[in-house]
Amino acid sequence: MRVLRRHSALLFLAGLLLLLPLVLPNNFYYDIVIRMAINAIIVLGLNLLIGFAGQISLGHAGFIGIGAYASAIFPTHFGWHPLVAMAAGAAIASAIAAILARPIFRLKGHYLAMATLGLGIIIAIVIKNEAAYTGGPDGMPVAALGLMGFEISGEKQWYWVLAALLLFSFWAARNLIDSPFGRALRALHGSEVASQVMGVDVVRYKVAIFVLSAFFASLMGSVTAHYIGFVTPNIADFFHSIELVTMVVIGGMASIYGSLIGAILLTALPQALSTFEGWETVAFGSILMLCMIFMPRGLVPTLTARFRPNEREDP
Amino acid sequence: MALLEVDNLSKAFGGVTAVQNVSFAVDRGLVYSVIGPNGAGKTTLFNLITGVYTPTEGDIRLDGRSIAGVAPHQLASQGMARTFQNLQICMNMTALENVMVGAHLQLDRNLVKAMLRFPGLARRDRELKDRARELMGFVGLGGYWNRAANSMPYGALKRLEIARALAAKPQILFLDEPAAGLNSKDTAEIDELVRKVADNDVTVVLVEHDMKMVMNISDRILVLDYGKKLTEGTAREVRENPDVIAAYLGSNA
Repeated sequence: MRVLRRHSALLFLAGLLLLLPLVLPNNFYYDIVIRMAINAIIVLGLNLLIGFAGQISLGHAGFIGIGAYASAIFPTHFGWHPLVAMAAGAAIASAIAAILARPIFRLKGHYLAMATLGLGIIIAIVIKNEAAYTGGPDGMPVAALGLMGFEISGEKQWYWVLAALLLFSFWAARNLIDSPFGRALRALHGSEVASQVMGVDVVRYKVAIFVLSAFFASLMGSVTAHYIGFVTPNIADFFHSIELVTMVVIGGMASIYGSLIGAILLTALPQALSTFEGWETVAFGSILMLCMIFMPRGLVPTLTARFRPNEREDP
Repeated sequence: MALLEVDNLSKAFGGVTAVQNVSFAVDRGLVYSVIGPNGAGKTTLFNLITGVYTPTEGDIRLDGRSIAGVAPHQLASQGMARTFQNLQICMNMTALENVMVGAHLQLDRNLVKAMLRFPGLARRDRELKDRARELMGFVGLGGYWNRAANSMPYGALKRLEIARALAAKPQILFLDEPAAGLNSKDTAEIDELVRKVADNDVTVVLVEHDMKMVMNISDRILVLDYGKKLTEGTAREVRENPDVIAAYLGSNA
């Protein structure tokens, strides 16, 4: 019974992902759902950093860019296997995050935001300028992702790959939050001095979660690159970072479900608003502003608080 | 040997010396109180001993080992726990989770094992949950364990801090004004709780303004004034000391 209750949300999500193809009419919708899943996985990682640990990163698209371009460059220029390239990208992103995190996470608030912003911009500039390898502003094609003679191609196959990845991320993120590591992470957000007195090495935890979210961002950058088959520097730019942070905030900080909802809504919204022809950006901005005015804590926490005032969302 | 020894401890902030040449020793199993008028340096002394500040001069020894200038997160592993004058509860967590954080160092903190929820880790977590519930019962918060911390009344949060500190299984517990802001009924209950903690073989060092409480429960009392040690002794000795009366009421009284 305990196992069933613990995994009820996971089973629900699995069921949803299993049944969804029955109602998706064509590849256009598959494509949207795939993008939702990619964003949701990145936002889950980013929410661990922003919502749960209370830190900020305005340069996360930089890590996505590293993964995407690793998957583009290593197989094309050096003949590496795509999976090796993907792992190398994640390793590079993690290493950069780990090296820079120590000095960066001595900063707090606005200064931390500026430092991460700078990091993202630098990565984007490098990608744009190293045209010999990256194709510069025009981007470059990406080889297909093959595994033991089988190539993943077409929206329907990618759908199942991302459904599996999303389920795993959802499960792992929930596990993490409800663990000694996760509690320490939330505790340092709640009270840094109290968590230190309890034995939490605060800087180490901030660094660890930053590296973890960079690792997942890079992996999803690689997946995006293979899925689309082409990368441009836009994937690493500042606006992409902001888009992801907005998903975290609108969905709900420190909320696992919020991460999913935020990613789903903000991926779907531009499509839904395309009927406004020319005014979609205005409508998009207005919706975000209204959300923040009336639900400053984000969708899921606001609604949870409404129906269960004294309890927290189950981790 | 005393559990805690403080030797000629001083702390200067720029030109202000908040704590000056203070020495004292706390024996195992006692309730040891630090009192003094506002600004006497009580909280600074606490922050020095618990690693929040680094001493300018002097030494602090816990169990014979020097701990002066050691980071707070390292002191926790040496059996030191504390509460705070201004509440430091993690408002983003439930009451029970706050207590569970107290046991941080007794658990497996591995990130990968946590994400994949290794069976051993999950089992230890369930055991800890039971112990955290017991501790909440011990401090009188039996009905609160599933509550979000930010929905709890002030008096309950004061106790929650004590439960969280006890979860670390400390050998010495520092309580910084556990009764501050409480009414007399709640204060009497905290009074009882502190005694209960000391009876469970946890040495308690207390900073408190409520004199009735201090005189009631302290085995020994240290009096600070202007950052210096004024006197030290039992409740009766302190109460009858003319210097202490002068410090509290003014020397012309």
